[in-house]
Amino acid sequence: MVAHARADHPDEACGLIAGPEGTGEPTRHIPMINAARSTTFYEFDAEEWKRVYDQMWEADEEVVVAYHSHTATEAYPSRSDTGIASEMGLPQAHYVLLTTRDPDVAEIRSFRISDGEVTEEPIEVVGAPDAVQTYKFAHSPDSTVYDCH
Amino acid sequence: MSIEVRVPTILRSHTGGQKLVSGDGDTLAELFDDLDTAHTGLKGRIVTDEGALHRFVNVYVNDEDVRFIGGLEAKLSDGDSVTILPAVAGGM
Repeated sequence: MVAHARADHPDEACGLIAGPEGTGEPTRHIPMINAARSTTFYEFDAEEWKRVYDQMWEADEEVVVAYHSHTATEAYPSRSDTGIASEMGLPQAHYVLLTTRDPDVAEIRSFRISDGEVTEEPIEVVGAPDAVQTYKFAHSPDSTVYDCH
Repeated sequence: MSIEVRVPTILRSHTGGQKLVSGDGDTLAELFDDLDTAHTGLKGRIVTDEGALHRFVNVYVNDEDVRFIGGLEAKLSDGDSVTILPAVAGGM
């Protein structure tokens, strides 16, 4: 997700992690095209999204993580992120936001969004890859986990 | 005539949790009218009071985004598959 967001910077990047329906396990990373190609807005490309959804449907998968980047602001859902997700979003998904405003530090945070309410949830890194950047995790009500160097 | 409709998670509260429902109609507008009789409130989540598609919902007939084939006036045939999806969008 971080690599994708860095690659698309200064545009916002967006994508999914799909997993078997009902398990909540994220198993398949799917970087998506940002059809808005914008530094301040993202939207899945409708044609690509249909193709991806058909594959997920056939494989009995669902969206476990829906992520996007902010390129100049914090990794927190904006008013339009929250409004759109509440009205017509993915209620089962973890909404992961990351910011690429700092070229050296990627900040990643995870949220549930429903009915206009944003609830942050803790993130813990497992099996960190080699040569990672420093990941800075925001405080959440339950825990703060710093990992990777 | 029967049209198969794939319902996204966020709208399954209107279909008793079903992800796949079926309905009838010669056009998409007629299909949503028909679906709303069995699945109250479903149409209002997809179609505005002014009779247009909501901005952040995507509707497809088979693989075609209906915005390019007439919107709610898109023609349907027996055996077509309609998919409703959240647009998945946002901005800072």
